Amino acid sequence: MHRVTVPLIGAADAWRVAARGLLAAGVAPGDVLWNAEGQGGAPDLFAADAAVPVGTGAVIVPRSFIGLASTVVFHTDPQRFARLYALLWRLRGAPHLMSDRADPDLAKLRQMEKAVHRCRHKMRAFVRFREIGAPDAPRRSFAAWFEPTHYTLEMNSGFFRDRFADMDWRIVTPDVTAIYEQGKVRLEPGQAAPQLPEDASEELWLTYFRNIFNPARLKVNAMRSEMPRKYWKNLPEAAAIPGLIADAPARARAMAAAAPTLPPLRAAAAQAGLALHVSAWTDTGEGLEAAIRACTRCPLHCNATQAVCGEGPERAALMVVGEQPGDHEDLAGRPFVGPAGQLFDKVAAEAGLNREAAYVTNAVKHFKHIPRGRRRIHQRPDAGEVDHCKWWLEAEITLAKPTLIVAMGATAALALTGSGARITARRGTVEKGALGHEVLITVHPSYLLRLPDPQARERATTDFRADLSLAARLVPSALAGPSATLR
Amino acid sequence: MTRQTLDQKLAILSDAAKYDASCASSGGTKRNARGGGLGSNTGSGICHSYAPDGRCISLLKILMTNFCIYDCSYCINRVSSNVPRARFSVDEVVKLTIEFYRRNYIEGLFLSSGVIRSPDATMSDMVQIARKLRQEENFKGYIHLKTIPDAAPELIAEAGLLSDRLSINVELPTDAALGTYAPEKNPGQIRRAMADVRQRREASKDRSHTGKRPPKFAPAGQSTQVIIGADASTDATVLGQSTRLYSSYGLRRVYYSAFSPIPDASAKLPLISPPLQREHRLYQADWLLRFYGFDVDEITSVTPDGNLALDIDPKLAWALQHRGLFPLDVNRASRDLLLRVPGFGVRTVSRILTTRRHRHLRYEDITRMGASMKKAGAFVIAGGWTPGSLTDSAHLRARFAPPPEQMSLF
Repeated sequence: MHRVTVPLIGAADAWRVAARGLLAAGVAPGDVLWNAEGQGGAPDLFAADAAVPVGTGAVIVPRSFIGLASTVVFHTDPQRFARLYALLWRLRGAPHLMSDRADPDLAKLRQMEKAVHRCRHKMRAFVRFREIGAPDAPRRSFAAWFEPTHYTLEMNSGFFRDRFADMDWRIVTPDVTAIYEQGKVRLEPGQAAPQLPEDASEELWLTYFRNIFNPARLKVNAMRSEMPRKYWKNLPEAAAIPGLIADAPARARAMAAAAPTLPPLRAAAAQAGLALHVSAWTDTGEGLEAAIRACTRCPLHCNATQAVCGEGPERAALMVVGEQPGDHEDLAGRPFVGPAGQLFDKVAAEAGLNREAAYVTNAVKHFKHIPRGRRRIHQRPDAGEVDHCKWWLEAEITLAKPTLIVAMGATAALALTGSGARITARRGTVEKGALGHEVLITVHPSYLLRLPDPQARERATTDFRADLSLAARLVPSALAGPSATLR
Repeated sequence: MTRQTLDQKLAILSDAAKYDASCASSGGTKRNARGGGLGSNTGSGICHSYAPDGRCISLLKILMTNFCIYDCSYCINRVSSNVPRARFSVDEVVKLTIEFYRRNYIEGLFLSSGVIRSPDATMSDMVQIARKLRQEENFKGYIHLKTIPDAAPELIAEAGLLSDRLSINVELPTDAALGTYAPEKNPGQIRRAMADVRQRREASKDRSHTGKRPPKFAPAGQSTQVIIGADASTDATVLGQSTRLYSSYGLRRVYYSAFSPIPDASAKLPLISPPLQREHRLYQADWLLRFYGFDVDEITSVTPDGNLALDIDPKLAWALQHRGLFPLDVNRASRDLLLRVPGFGVRTVSRILTTRRHRHLRYEDITRMGASMKKAGAFVIAGGWTPGSLTDSAHLRARFAPPPEQMSLF
């Protein structure tokens, strides 16, 4: 029989060294008696102790086992070392065992690991420092008393070191004490609860705790499941809990009693209906942008971030109309800044079109989309929405007074000519618009982006470029070049 | 008027902050004080205490001031309310944060404020607090700033560089409700502010042409809060808005805050006890949207009046309406379908998937993986277990719903 005593401080390393030796020597789990220092299991009277073999060579185990073992060694269960060794023994021929979540041995160890992790987390949460240093000391110092369920202070010392680096501190538990001085943590045996001086910040903390609590929403069980009673005696704020619970119903009643009565909820609905009718654009240039931004004529405004108005010179011989703002335009509040807008800029430049001289806008001013997971999927505006928004498009046309309007895509064609059908057949032709303007029909640049076949895309882009250069020829002032930019 | 002590101010300004649902300190850049300073951020939040209302206390959640020029009827701090008022100085907030942090009471600061003088002036004081914490105190802990939607973009830009998370409250589920209860707030302005934060966050992720990364902007993302139960909006409306917010602005979280009666409430509001169960169901539904692949229509289509059932959770409600899909064989079903079994969480499902590569799963195996078989039992088949006619039985719902309660006669 082999007897191994694992110390409380440095248990993870000590257990690993011993386990490696035993495994290399082929000692079966039944032939080892594991003891935890200071946890004195009953000595086995009949065991003749053999020396613990020293490990030779590497023992290969799955990485996940190392993580499990270096956590479970800090559990208080006296069987922890034996259980770990038993699993290690089984792992020799079956490394896949670690990914079997339903194996009873492993499940038990995982459960213990979870308990240690929870304890580690609760220690990070519930340690309460009090200041112990002299007021004139160069470094401030703090101390805390804590009673963890498992031996988790050693695992946590790095956490506290990284967090409270610019002060000295010590955390005392019944089993282990961690002391941080001169930039180093040292671990010492546990001590009795120290007498800590009063701390003025504790009063402020209690004030905060009492006031952040809402008496109208008492949920005592929710609190207890996360902050079990066993921790309460060392938490300064816990003393206030019984009083807060006792007073809560009376305080909630007082809040309600002090309040006036309420109007019917339907009043709100009635008012909401009113908002839909308010929208009017009188035909002067003043405030068109503000009016478009405030538009609630159709329901699209509720879902979009903002209305996106047209952009360009006040008077423009050429006007370019797209479909509607996309995801990027909706966020930025400017037309043609997304991928399709960038493609338009590029092709326009190639076609010799001076984009700065054109008034660029959309047939519909709000982004229509449906949310799908983390993305917004573009939706084509329907005829009703196009019709509502024509009000604003026509106002923009009236102000800009273009000699030619380029309608990109079906929605723009619908808004400007009354029909959005057969765009590929109509593209490159000039039609008479509803307001009597010349309308050049072409495709929308996003159509080019969506074409999967590179050759088809190349052809369609060439056509689109040709349409834009036609527009540039029809409106000489929109031609790029030194003479054209002198406006 | 006598000067208020720090303790009195803290009492007033933490009381005023208790209606804010968020106290999360998770996410953000991982930092520590190894190179000097104070504080760390591990990425997973730590709740340092719990109040008897069941909510965690992770951050020092206070208002910089509860003076406010707005008159939002759901808000205790509205200009027409008669609550006692107070105002912290910049140094007081910094001192409280640092001293509380040193004693391990908190993970950091969640600073909100009433709007005084102007939105810009208020925001600029809040930014000054964050700057002082970061630059003078060398504070590495968590900072969450509630931004004022009308504040200047430069202030929002600086706030995002100093803090881990920014939030802007949408307050109410619909624009119409906001118009009724908070006439001075502009829903369009709130959306534009959120769009601005999303754009800045995206810009901060693009490397420059030299490959250098710009400084991180609000690394723990942005969040928002909706008040539930103050207006007549249904859960379908609320969840529809959340989906839109998640997809439009990449929000990390939408918090639902059951409207609780406030002292000196406006006559416009319902003074009933807060709909806590409704709030809980909304969080569950929100979870299904974000982690379980549910569509908002799927969740709300099983609720006849547009409100989630209060007696059973939304996943169970959905499963009871779609019994044709069940029972599922845990040894064969796809991940997507397993995620739809009531009582199975994301972790249980991934454990099932890894383990079944090695062997056939039995009923006991699944209980060991952390599934709640009390709930899942009726919807799955496993080795040694079949629900038989249970899946289709008429009283299946009654097994899960709490027993009926005797109404009080008085």
